[in-house]
Amino acid sequence: MKSTILHLSKMLQSGEITSVQLTEQYISAIEKENPAINAYVNYTFDQARANAIEADKLIKEGRATALTGIPFTLKDNIATDGMLTTCCSKILQGFKPYYDATVWSKLKAQGAVLLGKTNMDEFAMGSTSETSVYGAPLNPIDKTRVTGGSSGGVAAAVCANLAAYGLGSDTGGSIRQPASFCGIVGFKPSYGAVSRYGLIAYGSSLDQIGPMTRSVTDAAIIFDAIKGEDKKDGTSVATPSGETKLIGDVKGLKIGVVEELTDGVNPEILQAVNGVIEAYQKAGAQVVKLSVPALKLALPVYYIIACAEASSNLGRYDGIRYGYRASNYSGLDDMVTKTRSEGFGKEVKKRIMLGTYVLSSGYFDAYYKKACVLRGEVEKQIKECFEKCDFIFAPTVPQTAFPLGYSGGNATETYLSDVCTVPVNIAGLPAISIPCGKDKNGLPIGLQIIGRKYDDERVLNAAYFAEKYGVCEDIQFDGGVKL
Amino acid sequence: MKYQLVSGLETHVELATKTKIFCGCTTAFGGEPNTHCCPVCTGQPGALPILNKKVVEYAIRAGLATHCTINTTTHLDRKNYCYPDLPKAYQISQFDKPLCEHGYVELESGKRIGITRIHIEEDAGKLVHESGYTLIDYNRGGVPLIEIVSEPDISSPEEAKEYVEKLQLIMRYIGVSDCKMQEGSMRCDVNISVMPEGSKEFGTRTEIKNMNSISYIDKAMRYEYERQCEVLNDGGKIVQATLRYDEKTGETSVMRTKEDAQDYRYFPEPDILTVVIPESKVEEIKSQLPELPLEKLNRYIDELKINPATARLLYKYKKVCDFVEKVISLGASVKNAVNLTTGVLYSKLPTEEDKENFALPVTAEETAKLIKLADEGKINITLAQQTLSKMAEEGNPVSAYIKEEDLAGVDDSELEEICKQAIENNPAAAADFKGGKEKAIFALYGFVKKATQGKADIKKADAILKKLILG
Repeated sequence: MKSTILHLSKMLQSGEITSVQLTEQYISAIEKENPAINAYVNYTFDQARANAIEADKLIKEGRATALTGIPFTLKDNIATDGMLTTCCSKILQGFKPYYDATVWSKLKAQGAVLLGKTNMDEFAMGSTSETSVYGAPLNPIDKTRVTGGSSGGVAAAVCANLAAYGLGSDTGGSIRQPASFCGIVGFKPSYGAVSRYGLIAYGSSLDQIGPMTRSVTDAAIIFDAIKGEDKKDGTSVATPSGETKLIGDVKGLKIGVVEELTDGVNPEILQAVNGVIEAYQKAGAQVVKLSVPALKLALPVYYIIACAEASSNLGRYDGIRYGYRASNYSGLDDMVTKTRSEGFGKEVKKRIMLGTYVLSSGYFDAYYKKACVLRGEVEKQIKECFEKCDFIFAPTVPQTAFPLGYSGGNATETYLSDVCTVPVNIAGLPAISIPCGKDKNGLPIGLQIIGRKYDDERVLNAAYFAEKYGVCEDIQFDGGVKL
Repeated sequence: MKYQLVSGLETHVELATKTKIFCGCTTAFGGEPNTHCCPVCTGQPGALPILNKKVVEYAIRAGLATHCTINTTTHLDRKNYCYPDLPKAYQISQFDKPLCEHGYVELESGKRIGITRIHIEEDAGKLVHESGYTLIDYNRGGVPLIEIVSEPDISSPEEAKEYVEKLQLIMRYIGVSDCKMQEGSMRCDVNISVMPEGSKEFGTRTEIKNMNSISYIDKAMRYEYERQCEVLNDGGKIVQATLRYDEKTGETSVMRTKEDAQDYRYFPEPDILTVVIPESKVEEIKSQLPELPLEKLNRYIDELKINPATARLLYKYKKVCDFVEKVISLGASVKNAVNLTTGVLYSKLPTEEDKENFALPVTAEETAKLIKLADEGKINITLAQQTLSKMAEEGNPVSAYIKEEDLAGVDDSELEEICKQAIENNPAAAADFKGGKEKAIFALYGFVKKATQGKADIKKADAILKKLILG
């Protein structure tokens, strides 16, 4: 039995269990099960216990919200004051920020309980979490498979019930893809809907923090708790304040099915996705078949822009102010060179070099500038597409979880697996991945619902329909607590 | 062959905003190392910049004051380079769309030095080299700068000097910077080339970096001009290079040549959205611009009829001008207001900085009162000078020095009586004056001044004395 935030919250508020007790249960579960799946890379149990005591006070005083007292996890690229935040990279070895990410401040203020930091691809660069300096997390559903990435640790922790929920970050699919591989819900809000302050940057114009949960209802609860304009993030925007109202009525909605997102997708996956679409149709939704030719350009556009921004964002790791510093060097240049050579992993180096190249004079116009122009074209065509439909339904990933070690030898295929998730980041859209079935190996399949920019609440509502009516049997929405 | 000097300046001006360009840290100069810092200006992972609106306003002000066009839609860019004083490994600056473009600064000759662009950017920290190691102070990191790039319109060191002085003056007038070169709040990179006189084709240029005084700019330009002429006259070629100027030897030397020029990989800063400035905001800033230095100088000469030399003594110091203008607006005569300021008050303000700061305890109101007494002949100018001098030192009002009853005492009949006494007591002087020695009358003035404790109007006394002696 697994437990949603909604369920745990009811138990806490009715006094059936205290946050301290609940936290201890999670802690012992983590101690017992984490070594086998490597979801957490750093435990923050002291913090969790302190948070739980505070939370119990809030509950007693009647000041609790839906997430007060509920244990959760943060991806290791979200800054936590005084606690290790390493992006699963050697170069940030030992790094403890002296400031909190805005999302963590917001959750803390509501009495959330932080259990620890979870595994990820180094600097969020990857689709399998295998580039982590701590080694890959394993997919709790099949430990020979990857969790997906880059927020693989959060996905594994939530899937294995080692956290009630977690916050991941999504630059090209890093919330939705591991959610899909691990059979949970992953919501990537519109760009700007959630503050990025304290999220260690990979591709600044694409990065977005979002909830990874066990239900759509939970995703809405967490989204409400972390959303909103932040004075510390100039790219953040004001979202409709107040609670997201989940109704789940899909009558009259126009669902777009885009051929560029379904062509060549594994039939098993397409079947699962189509099954859900049919259920929506039965409830009164219409289906519109569409083509968005520019989506074929989304992947190269994404890799050029993300790598360009990354090459600049990662320039600061020079061993001078924080993190890892090479031990033997002569002079400043040598220190910086050795620190970076030793501190960054292979995938990160690859992307820094690619990004540096596309920004270099002589190549800038042919790569970076062209990518920006095409990004505009992708955005434009998606916008036009949304004149004909309210949502796009697509597979989250064209396949199910890769075997461990597979992507190392199949880098291009791994990159290509981001094809359905990347356009969403390029256009800054909200999108959610919900489980919609399993393949013949029992591996979860994800359905992605993409909405217009700032239609976050509508996307959650569209997904909620599936939850409310049990369209996808795997979505839990009121499990019992695991005791 | 004779060569013509061609020069353009890139001037960095630190803006006088209270807080830094992307965070709330103070911009105060100095301070214990790394105490004016936060996660943002030290480039901590995950920290994000928030553009300070005041910086944009100040830069627009600078642009309007130099007759630039304002790009109301603009953005910031990242200039990537790796150096320990730059904690993010990129400087947030502006590349292809500067906030201001196409302006000019007018010299007194009427020649205009074109302004190519003015853009906003952040300053870097400071390295402190100790023996065997180097320390970094990030207090200055993130202090807002504008970079003012001129056209290659400058054709002599004198013009360069005047251009820099004019820029300094404009920036101080509009209150965007104190432009203290010695504290680094204004620094110049000087681009220089030479071409045969009469030619239209520019020669290869060199750039002298980081000049922090006007006199060094002058010396460096002269040196570099001579050097380039010599190279060409010897049949050599100028190598495009970045130079440093050695203040001790007065010579330039190569820092780097074009071959090892850096590739800054500029691209739009994704953490700051496009900056859109409403036209109404630009208009508002424009309407609030004060009178500019050259306008003021011309007005002083043409309208207030201040002689040009004196007008120049005044217009360089905005606070002094504000003071004098207030004194005049309170009813004091222009002549006395100007002369007492440049005479008495300037003697208390020996340095340029003193005059710029104009921190004397005397108020315009009290000064106006005093000058009006002199204007009306109730006190003579010497007493006015002595009194103002005391007021400027002690900060007391006029009434502390000159009493109402003292003023009432010197009426016309009394003055005539005193003049008579003066002649009686100085018969020789009176006789000499009568005999044609004009200067002899000064002895009589002296008597009158002493007898009235300086309160008598000497002009009036003069008339009475002459009437009494000459009949």
